Amino acid sequence: MTGPVLDHLGEVKLELGPARDATRQKGWRAARDDDDVVWLLLDVAGSDTNTVSRDVIEGLSDQLDQIGNNPPACVVIRSAKLSGFAAGADIEMLSDMTDPEEAEALLRQGHDVLDRLEALDCPTVAVVHGAALGAGFEIALACDRIIATDGAHFAFPEVNLGLHPGLGGTFRLSERIDTLEAMTLMLTGKSAHTVKAMKLGIADQVVEERHVANAVKAACAGKLKDERPGLSDRAMSMAAARGIAARRMRASAGGRAPREHYPAPYALIDLWEEHHGDRSAMQNGEIGSFARLLASDTARELIRVFHLRQRLKSDAAGDDAIGHVHVAGAGTMGGEIAAWCAIKGKRVTLFDPDPQAIGRALGRAAAICKDQHLSSIETRDALDRLIPDPGGDGVPAADLVIEAGPEDIAAKTTIHADLEAAMRPTAILATNTSSLPLNRLAEPLRRPSRFGGLHFFNPVAKMPLVEVVSHADTFSTVGDRLAAFCGAIGKLPARVAAAPGFLVNRALTPYLLESLVLLDEGLTKETVDNIAERFGMPMGPVELADRIGLDICLHVADSLAGQINKPLAEVPAWFREMVEEGDRLGRKSGKGLYTWDEGEPEKSAARPEPEDGWIDRLILPLLDACVECRRKGVASDADQIDAAMIFGAGFAPFRGGPMRYARMRGTAEIRDRLTALAREHGNRFAPDPGWDEMD
Amino acid sequence: MNARPVYIVDGARTPFLKVRGGPGPFTPVDLAVQCGRPLLLRQPFARDAFDLVILGCVNVIADEMNPARVAALRLGMGEAMVAFTVQINCGSGMQSIDTAYRYIRDGSHDLILAGGAEALSHAPLVLRQEAVEWYAEFAQAKGAVETARAVADIRPDFLKPVFGLERGLTDPITDLNMGQTAEVLAHRFNITREAADAYAVESHHRLARAQQEGRLDDEVITAFDRDGQAYDHDDGVRPETSTEALAKLSPVFEKPYGQVTPGNASQITDGASWVVLASEAAVEEHGLTPLARIVDSAWSALDPSVMGLGPVLCATEIARRQGLSCDDIGLWELNEAFAAQVLACLAAWEDEAFCTRVLGLDAPFGRIDRDRLNVDGGAISLGHPVGTSGNRIVLHLANEMCRRGTARGIATECIGGGQGGAMLLEEVS
Repeated sequence: MTGPVLDHLGEVKLELGPARDATRQKGWRAARDDDDVVWLLLDVAGSDTNTVSRDVIEGLSDQLDQIGNNPPACVVIRSAKLSGFAAGADIEMLSDMTDPEEAEALLRQGHDVLDRLEALDCPTVAVVHGAALGAGFEIALACDRIIATDGAHFAFPEVNLGLHPGLGGTFRLSERIDTLEAMTLMLTGKSAHTVKAMKLGIADQVVEERHVANAVKAACAGKLKDERPGLSDRAMSMAAARGIAARRMRASAGGRAPREHYPAPYALIDLWEEHHGDRSAMQNGEIGSFARLLASDTARELIRVFHLRQRLKSDAAGDDAIGHVHVAGAGTMGGEIAAWCAIKGKRVTLFDPDPQAIGRALGRAAAICKDQHLSSIETRDALDRLIPDPGGDGVPAADLVIEAGPEDIAAKTTIHADLEAAMRPTAILATNTSSLPLNRLAEPLRRPSRFGGLHFFNPVAKMPLVEVVSHADTFSTVGDRLAAFCGAIGKLPARVAAAPGFLVNRALTPYLLESLVLLDEGLTKETVDNIAERFGMPMGPVELADRIGLDICLHVADSLAGQINKPLAEVPAWFREMVEEGDRLGRKSGKGLYTWDEGEPEKSAARPEPEDGWIDRLILPLLDACVECRRKGVASDADQIDAAMIFGAGFAPFRGGPMRYARMRGTAEIRDRLTALAREHGNRFAPDPGWDEMD
Repeated sequence: MNARPVYIVDGARTPFLKVRGGPGPFTPVDLAVQCGRPLLLRQPFARDAFDLVILGCVNVIADEMNPARVAALRLGMGEAMVAFTVQINCGSGMQSIDTAYRYIRDGSHDLILAGGAEALSHAPLVLRQEAVEWYAEFAQAKGAVETARAVADIRPDFLKPVFGLERGLTDPITDLNMGQTAEVLAHRFNITREAADAYAVESHHRLARAQQEGRLDDEVITAFDRDGQAYDHDDGVRPETSTEALAKLSPVFEKPYGQVTPGNASQITDGASWVVLASEAAVEEHGLTPLARIVDSAWSALDPSVMGLGPVLCATEIARRQGLSCDDIGLWELNEAFAAQVLACLAAWEDEAFCTRVLGLDAPFGRIDRDRLNVDGGAISLGHPVGTSGNRIVLHLANEMCRRGTARGIATECIGGGQGGAMLLEEVS
């Protein structure tokens, strides 16, 4: 709520001491207060968010020089940005650090500055609000005390970029808190929110912003109560104990990311196993390892993926002007879409002709709130915003109506007609169809220009991508608002044109169908999945099909087959029968191609080594479909395809996406390989004409 | 004074949910939100267009002080929405409407949301007074010795809770339980056990018929709990009940000779109800269709031991003021606290001595036939969430008058502590 009173009072003011109006020098504002305390404010020019660049490190160095010339009683470091402490290293800078030797030299310079900060004789205090990530976290760790305000969170997300901390985090965090907890944070990239940060001992104290001045005074006077847990665990100073722990860490990391694809976690574990407890060896090891990782293909590709994400985010900019969302259809997708929108602050009405279906969706909504770690108040508010609407009374009030009805043209046409009749003329109608032709759905509408697709992926709460689909007559402003809506609910929009299966399902279907053909040829499902996992997919196609639901896979495949010119692999008769029987539809029925136990497939331990070439059977049809989508203008460019396939289908991120992979491997080679496969297995492998444009 | 017309334009309530041991799925504000959201959704105006929210609630829980304000905020009516809670025991839900009515009539407000909410299943367990006193001493104890001494004073029966609900349904002046006041009326007005049971059976049959014929569909809105369970009807109804079945029940308030049983008393339930009140200007501005006009309201008080006669005093007062006879009132909602109490009211209105000596009439007020009284059942079949019932009877009266084209109707209730409230509605031509 922001009414006139709070508007007048303004945002919470950060306590910036006397440095509020000091001149900015290389990203820092500095001033000394009456108690001889130096306030150092990180305030990078030209952005709402601080990132740690070379400039910032040099600026800090300059400040330390001045402090050295005239030692103060205390030094306080905090951010002048409302958004938070610092978001980590400047990614552009990392992208430019291509030469390992230069990178190492730069890192040593940075280490030297933080070592000097740490070695100051006076007390040093970091005050953290919002995010302190990566290099930002490392600056805070070089201070004696960390005071956090409510909402502060700390994380080392480097592992997501194929890196590990590189400015002293590997040893400073391990020295500050329980070393196993420190390793977990660094290996998972997970964030320690205020309460957890306090519990772990990252923060010495949590205070409200209004008490920061007093807390700083106490910290400078050495009166800050030490509430951090004592470090009782000294076992890890013994190499033998570390060996056992390291083995466990490697096993756990291997479950998520194999070493050959994601070297960073293993490099970190090696470093820790070898040198934990020996500060200077850790420091040297960290610098060398970070420089090596930065030069690796994995890190390069993952940094590119970071940029791809930013790009999709920038497509979601602007005001969506959508306050009230009406969702028609409370099945799995409709229910989860409604829940997600309500969690993200929209008022939502959820309609279904069957009130029991609405009830089930509300039950799931409560479960999603729990999964998302919402507080009881946040949960209450989210569920208050999610209004069951068995009478459909929400339609006239809605700014956006999302139809999530049965996947059937006739059914959807009827539903759309009813909705349109009650909708405000300015409201947008969006369908969540995964494969029906949007142009045909648009034909009978009275206002086709205000109709588009919002294709969410299952499970909605976990999948970051939404395909925003425009058909021939969709107003571009309507597409803009739908994309902005995705941004408003924390999703990444991929704006695509109406085409059979849009982008993600068009590309994924040949891959899934080919896996069935391989099964037909006698490969075990574990083998087929192993082929894809070796390639770097988070899960194989057989498991994926089970997770999606075999009925949905079959529906999409049949629907696609009827709409595209290119032959698809024939759906095996046994598969069709299995779906028709209806009790083995995948994860949701507890049984599909696999038997499922508590949401996980039971796989036999025997996994024969995949033969060379099998992966091409699976992956090349997917690449070919992507090339076709690009040629036909379904997606705007290769980067967008890469982003959509990574965020919508989990395509091996370290390979940078399908288009990137094709380029790296050589488009001519892939085309030849497709031609050869076509000769051997049929026309479904015939290379798309689009490959010729890729040379 | 220049009285402006006041209209009831819409309203909705939750199903009334029988308390079946243990707290139900909803708190009072949860209930108010459950039926308030769809009600606001179907209005043609924005939810912050209201001037005021008033909610009746007797058993306010500690987490929801001023439940009216908590409900207004949770309903998304905006931070600037003024909201207050009213309490006059069983009349609270009507008190909220009456206050709104007077504000609009006098010209200070145009659009008010007035409701009632009660979750009797959440009525607290209360500690015994001795236990509270002990705790105060313990909390103030300084040092180990005093603390130890305080701990030594603890008695096992401190932990034996008193049911807050049971205390709440007992009149503190006379120490009579509400059921006992019904026993008093049954005795004074010669209401037999058989008559009371027959009345109760009819209440169930009427509600069952209304539910079956879908006549409550606009009024009763399905509530959903967090596990996804849907509550779509007043679940205390027993369509199959009979006088034979009710005759088997034993008296609960005055054993063994009493006649008030769980079968001919109102049920203990959770539920909430809202009514939208609008001035002429608001009706025009938003293009609303009024259900009925509020013409008059009255409150009366009498000895707490015969609180059940409250309706007779206040409803007669309205009739006298408006120059109306018994037959001018086409439809009555008289809250069914107890079957014997409803029948005692009817008897009093037909009793010449009572009408002349107590009500100051020249002759008996008259006979109110059952075909215009509680036509779709009442608290005996629906239940009686105390802070809500007064709201529900006004809402249902307005709806039913509209459906039947009845010119005038009165909703009235008896109030624990010895009071009565009544409200006269008129058809909008």
